[in-house]
Amino acid sequence: MKVIIDEDKCVGAGQCVLAAEEVFDQREDDGIVVLLDAVPSEELHSSVEDAAARCPALAIEVLK
Amino acid sequence: MTDTRPTTRTQPAARPQPTVRTCPFDPPREYRTLRDEDPIAPVAFPDGTNGWLVTRHADVRAVLSDPRFGANRRPARATALPAGTPVPPPPPGMFLMMDAPEHTRIRRLLTGQFTVRRMRQLAPAVERIVAEHLDAMASAEQPVDLVRAFALPIPSLVICELLGVPYEDRADFQRNSSTMLRLDASQEEVQQAHLAMNRHIHELVLAKRARPTDDILSGLVQEGSLTDEEMAGVGALLLLAGHETTANMIALGTMCLLGNPGQLAALRADASLWDNAVEELLRYLTIIQFGLRRVAREDLELDGHHIEAGTTVLASLTSGNRDAEQFPGDPDQLDVLRKYSPHLAFGHGVHQCIGQQLARVEMKAALSALLDRFPTLRLAVPADQVPMRDDMLIYGVHELPVTW
Repeated sequence: MKVIIDEDKCVGAGQCVLAAEEVFDQREDDGIVVLLDAVPSEELHSSVEDAAARCPALAIEVLK
Repeated sequence: MTDTRPTTRTQPAARPQPTVRTCPFDPPREYRTLRDEDPIAPVAFPDGTNGWLVTRHADVRAVLSDPRFGANRRPARATALPAGTPVPPPPPGMFLMMDAPEHTRIRRLLTGQFTVRRMRQLAPAVERIVAEHLDAMASAEQPVDLVRAFALPIPSLVICELLGVPYEDRADFQRNSSTMLRLDASQEEVQQAHLAMNRHIHELVLAKRARPTDDILSGLVQEGSLTDEEMAGVGALLLLAGHETTANMIALGTMCLLGNPGQLAALRADASLWDNAVEELLRYLTIIQFGLRRVAREDLELDGHHIEAGTTVLASLTSGNRDAEQFPGDPDQLDVLRKYSPHLAFGHGVHQCIGQQLARVEMKAALSALLDRFPTLRLAVPADQVPMRDDMLIYGVHELPVTW
């Protein structure tokens, strides 16, 4: 699994951090998504997919 | 973009927008039929305009994240507007009513203030405020109105603290907020209330400019890219959205849990269920009761329906959150063990609630401590005598008499 984020689309809702905080964080100053792990291990796959599904701005792409 | 009135030519069979509930926790029953039979339906809104009503979870998400739809600028009111009433431009700072790039410009100035980390850091302060109010409740004469004693003061105090608004001013802004959310308020009353809120925040902005403190308004003043009018508008919007919504989730959530003793027992037996329970209450109760309006920016096709530019499309959050396609099992049952699935309580798309992490922190702190502190908490009146907020844009209870 490879995760790609689009900072321009991100609206800083924080849903991805709730779903998978091992993989996503938010920038301190503007709340925009920070990708901590672009190739998450298998046990994180379902929570990363959850994060992508929750994202209101469709800013997370998951490649398999 | 203009928001012109759609003609009946394209929508021959508009039905009235469902508004009548038969159970205090359930959306109007018509939504179930609509989801099954007519998920994108022509609808007549209570203000006399026509448009489309979208009721399935997937379609609601699709509409709310589709850039071909713009933010709505016509206020949702029950009263009919005279034909041809022009849609006013959004007031300065009212970014909820704006599209990119204006919306993005203002929202981005705020998102850093509401991150998951910042809101979690706020939890101890919220818990302290909750505990103080529970102490006050414990020594008050029973029955107590939970809305006035607990559900409203907590989010109201917290958002005041965050924004830098003196809580002593609450009588004014709570009255103005309430007017702005009343369905039967006239256009003029709403405008007056809005102006009064803006004037109030405008004065604060001027004071912060002279003497900045550690709060969001001071931060915006120092950041320097918004005009004073824009800051007043942003401040008024955050103040309005930050206390009425969460207050109703706390009060209605309490009533709902008291009416579902099995669910309440599960929560009392295992406090680790609270995060999940908060999501389930948000899904189940969905207090943005009439949904979110969007306006087609161009002629477009939506699942085989032709939608003319300028037409209003109402995305029903309450209906989408009861869609069995997305929430298997019985979506009309509260189930705090339900596995999380993306609900629509905070909306979807670029306008999704900016304060949602704060709402989660406040709901969890308030509901868990309340039910822990008063193990025998119960309604002081029969449930059918609790005055429900059918007459407000944000659903909930007007008051909730409780005893223990």
